Amino acid sequence: MIENIGMGFIILGILFDFFGVLGLVRLPDVYNRLQAATKCVTFGSAGILFGTFLMKGFTSFGFKALLGIAFIFLTSPVAAHVIARASHRSGIPLAKETTIDRYKEDNEGEK
Amino acid sequence: MAEIIFNAAGILALLGLALAFYRMAVGPHAVDRIVALDNMTIISVSLIVFFTAFLGRIIYIDVALVYALISFIGIIAIARYFERGL
Repeated sequence: MIENIGMGFIILGILFDFFGVLGLVRLPDVYNRLQAATKCVTFGSAGILFGTFLMKGFTSFGFKALLGIAFIFLTSPVAAHVIARASHRSGIPLAKETTIDRYKEDNEGEK
Repeated sequence: MAEIIFNAAGILALLGLALAFYRMAVGPHAVDRIVALDNMTIISVSLIVFFTAFLGRIIYIDVALVYALISFIGIIAIARYFERGL
């Protein structure tokens, strides 16, 4: 029973991965691609690792899978934030449909 | 049943990797390529863990953990380079 639940988590995670990458291909500029791909791929990979943890139980393999979830949840949003800030500062243009740019407004007072 | 699910999940994940590779090949700016590379890395890590769970080679999960950490450090270094900070 618990193995079937783990298999369900793995299938759900791989579907999330796939749709996140589909957003990476279809969206117009780098900021949209970041927000689609990073959220979906982080959650999907955590789902796959949690599914393998459920399948293997409390062994060394299961604990290492949980450690992998912790690593991904700590590193992936930080990496996405750093990439977004770097691309904004190095002057990558926003998509034509964008109506508001809060980061630019916040930095106008400092300069 | 488990083998069918294993094959379908592997094919779907490899298709996702191929789509991310397409974005990495044609991305208009360098930042697009970095985003695609980051996502390919995270999908590869989870795919290594998935294959490890099915094939029974326990040692490979250490490879996945180290790969996740090293890719994070690489992404941070490349982002600093784009900010003219490196």
